[in-house]
Amino acid sequence: MARTLTINGQMVSARDEDTILRAAQDAGIHIPVLCHLDGLSDVGACRFCLVEVAGSNRLLPACTTRIQEGMVVQTDTEQLRNYRRHLIELLFAERNHVCAVCVANGNCEMQSLAIQLGMTHSRYDYMFPSLGVDLSHERFGLDHNRCIMCTRCVRACDEIEGAHTLDVFGRGAKARIVTDLGMPWGESPTCTSCGKCVMACPTGALFKQGSTVAEMTRDRSKLNFLKTAREERKWIV
Amino acid sequence: MNPDELNRIAQAEQAALSRHEHAINVCVGIACHSGGSEQIRKALEAEVKSAGLQGKCLVRGVGCPGLCAEGPLVSVEPLHRSPPQELLYRKVTPADAPALVRSVVREEPLEQLRIDANQPFFTRQLKIVLENCGHMDPERIEDYIARGGYQALIKVLTEMTPQEVIDALSRSGLRGRGGAGFPTGLKWATVAKATPGRYPTYVPPDIQSQKFVICNGDEGDPGAFMDRSVMEGDPHRVLEGMAIAGYAVGARQGFIYVRAEYALAVKRLRTAIRQAQRIGLLGKNIAGTSFTFDVDIRLGAGAFVCGEETALIASIEGGRGLPRPRPPYPAESGLWGCPTLINNVETLANVPPIITKGADWFASIGTEKSKGTKVFALTGQVKRSGLIEVPMGITLREIVFEIGGGVPEGRQFKAVQTGGPSGGCIPADYLDMPVDYESLAKVGSIMGSGGLIVMDDTTDMVEVARFFMDFCMEESCGKCIPCRAGTAQMHHILTKIQQGKATARDLRLLEELSNVVKHTSLCGLGQSAPNPVISTLRYFRHEYERKLVPELERV
Amino acid sequence: MSVANGKVSQLAAELSRRLATDKRYKILEAVMRRYDYRSHGLIEVLHAAQDSFGYLDEPTLYHIAAKLHLPLSKVLGVATFYNYFTLKPQGKHTCVVCLGTACYIKGGDRIVEAVQQRYHVKPGATTPDGELSLLIVRCVGSCSAAPVALFDGVLGTHLDADTALQRVAAMLREGLPEQSNGKTPVQEVER
Repeated sequence: MARTLTINGQMVSARDEDTILRAAQDAGIHIPVLCHLDGLSDVGACRFCLVEVAGSNRLLPACTTRIQEGMVVQTDTEQLRNYRRHLIELLFAERNHVCAVCVANGNCEMQSLAIQLGMTHSRYDYMFPSLGVDLSHERFGLDHNRCIMCTRCVRACDEIEGAHTLDVFGRGAKARIVTDLGMPWGESPTCTSCGKCVMACPTGALFKQGSTVAEMTRDRSKLNFLKTAREERKWIV
Repeated sequence: MNPDELNRIAQAEQAALSRHEHAINVCVGIACHSGGSEQIRKALEAEVKSAGLQGKCLVRGVGCPGLCAEGPLVSVEPLHRSPPQELLYRKVTPADAPALVRSVVREEPLEQLRIDANQPFFTRQLKIVLENCGHMDPERIEDYIARGGYQALIKVLTEMTPQEVIDALSRSGLRGRGGAGFPTGLKWATVAKATPGRYPTYVPPDIQSQKFVICNGDEGDPGAFMDRSVMEGDPHRVLEGMAIAGYAVGARQGFIYVRAEYALAVKRLRTAIRQAQRIGLLGKNIAGTSFTFDVDIRLGAGAFVCGEETALIASIEGGRGLPRPRPPYPAESGLWGCPTLINNVETLANVPPIITKGADWFASIGTEKSKGTKVFALTGQVKRSGLIEVPMGITLREIVFEIGGGVPEGRQFKAVQTGGPSGGCIPADYLDMPVDYESLAKVGSIMGSGGLIVMDDTTDMVEVARFFMDFCMEESCGKCIPCRAGTAQMHHILTKIQQGKATARDLRLLEELSNVVKHTSLCGLGQSAPNPVISTLRYFRHEYERKLVPELERV
Repeated sequence: MSVANGKVSQLAAELSRRLATDKRYKILEAVMRRYDYRSHGLIEVLHAAQDSFGYLDEPTLYHIAAKLHLPLSKVLGVATFYNYFTLKPQGKHTCVVCLGTACYIKGGDRIVEAVQQRYHVKPGATTPDGELSLLIVRCVGSCSAAPVALFDGVLGTHLDADTALQRVAAMLREGLPEQSNGKTPVQEVER
């Protein structure tokens, strides 16, 4: 059933089961996202898609909040822009994000988001944690320094490939992406080397071996293609 | 089990009790338990036996009477005198058993161990939730029944419709005791109305329910032990509250989520569940009605975030305790996607007396918007620390200075911290403020689950903020960016301030970041993590500013 | 898991050796059976394993994952999410210092410092000879007796640095962990 709501003053029509994000995207309204990827379930973790909804005293994540008839949504207020800028700065300071030597330079969602949000520097002290790189897999690599814990790879591996090789180890700032019982990726008994995790990664954390600075490109839309094909038997190229 | 059978058990138990002249109650709560109260109980039993007084003196273990700092506690309760003049003894050892039993026989108090039972610590309290603690053996269902236990459950099953139960709860004005203070009746009504399995995911075939009741006993606040005392001292009360909730909302299965660290509470709850199942107060067709309800225990495993309801649900499902965005609320889609009622231990323990004594009685206690009593764990720099239950609306001054006896050794009172890592520090200026949900929120703290920590003038408030931030950082699940990276940065800035390496710019950034973390975090842990910083900045800003260095001197 | 793999066959070999000799796996089996080998019993099963073995190592986690039909990484993820579980064996003796709010403002941190300096062991670690583990917990719920610590599970109350060090020294001298009424909340979990 169709519903009508207002986003940034614009009347928008959407389906009953749509999220605010979906409704906005369909209407050509941009909401920044990082942990969301079409084809994967939504977890509401990155908080970039928080929006203001009239009548709610809390900010709501557009990716998981369903629309309601007559909803009035603001996606780009001064307050939201300020919060988003802080969030991206926190991310840059958290691990070791050095675009100049990153394989994903120029193809990185985090980098594009920083540009889009007008970030010039991070006001926070860089934490410089000591993190490793797993190059044991013959085709892929995992650089924890560039990981932002969006868990898109974990969801791609579980929901689309079905192997559930990847999960999160530990918690809080010490959490890491892990393969199986913590063995090197190359020794994983469950990994099918399908590369869906690499497709899903928004940054340079997961990459193809042999790619050098700015060479790592990926087709993230493949995941949604697969999901629609597998679940709905529709091949939308 | 029908009403008559319940009455028969109660009468038989009361008769057995009244054959004795005195009850010697030994506290077996955790504080006294670890102080050796089990040996004291054995010594007293042996002494009573050797004096040939078995028929006259009953020695029993009881739940916590509250004044934990003076434990192990023993009380002597005359059973045929009214009003009963109870004698309370402090710091008892097994070696005191002979003298204690002699004093009971002679009906003379044992002065050297006696605590004045008329001191404000006891007289200013009002016990509803804790009314049985200290007066019955938590490991015997008969004791609970003799004190009127399970009457409320039988009453709702035989005389009331689920809607009437919910109406009674709504009229009583009871609000959630877990921290946020959501009206309990409204929550119950939402779950009752929800269509079973509206967003069904996967319900394990061995669990036969389409709605659930969860008792949140994951008391994770450091400095809080209220729920522990209730679960240890009166476990049947919690079960009865859950069964009533199950009837009202239409659930067949309940779970109690308890911290694994609370081993004694877990043990007593397991015993209580077995006992209730044995006499048909849990299980199939309770009291001969069609109502079926069972309770299972799930152990927490050391994650503060699991006190948040959606994280708790993830944990019961067997996964990492990660919260998820609400809506949908658990009342619509909770455990395995089914409508789920989650109440805190103390909230559920308030339910049976509301049913038996009436909603109006309950609503007559407390303030306009905060009804009933609240249990607090009063600790820190205070003379008499322990577990207390006071009517809502009492002032902080009465709690700290009358009940707690003020700060020790002529030191000065500085602040009282409520709500643990999610709460704030309240300075002396607000001591005369009434304790209720709204007033506490107005001064930048929260009711919280009931930790109340008194701080004196030697306490460094920046260090207090850093301590709580360290806690929140360690306990952050790491799912959302503001809580994971934000608490780490806040902790980093607070550490810089303590090390004399921070400038005014750092302090400004800390304030801005507090605001970001508060408004953008996914769950209650992150949203409230900045509260200790915000409240200490509000009242003790000079302590922060004193530690700042000019920009040029920064090393 | 039928995937041919060096690491997994190692784990499987170690596991079958243990299953044949170590009776504690029978207890674990009973707990898993109680939950009908369903995934929602995972945390209870991990509790049972930790109670039996003192810690959770790779073969045990592998065993649990296989029996409950769960992904290996999920079992590891759950085991490392909760503080109560540990993947490393503990020392022969443990000193668990409470750093809940009440203990902290009454000087619990000084106890940690004292033990750390005397025995050269960091919080969360074990001495190289495997004698002593120093651990920190957030509130054992005995706030009225703050500051407190558990010495091999026995609660010590109203401590300061000196009395705490005396208790640790006594505990190490005594050899085997002492059993008394004040059994640790940690050891005492009964089923």
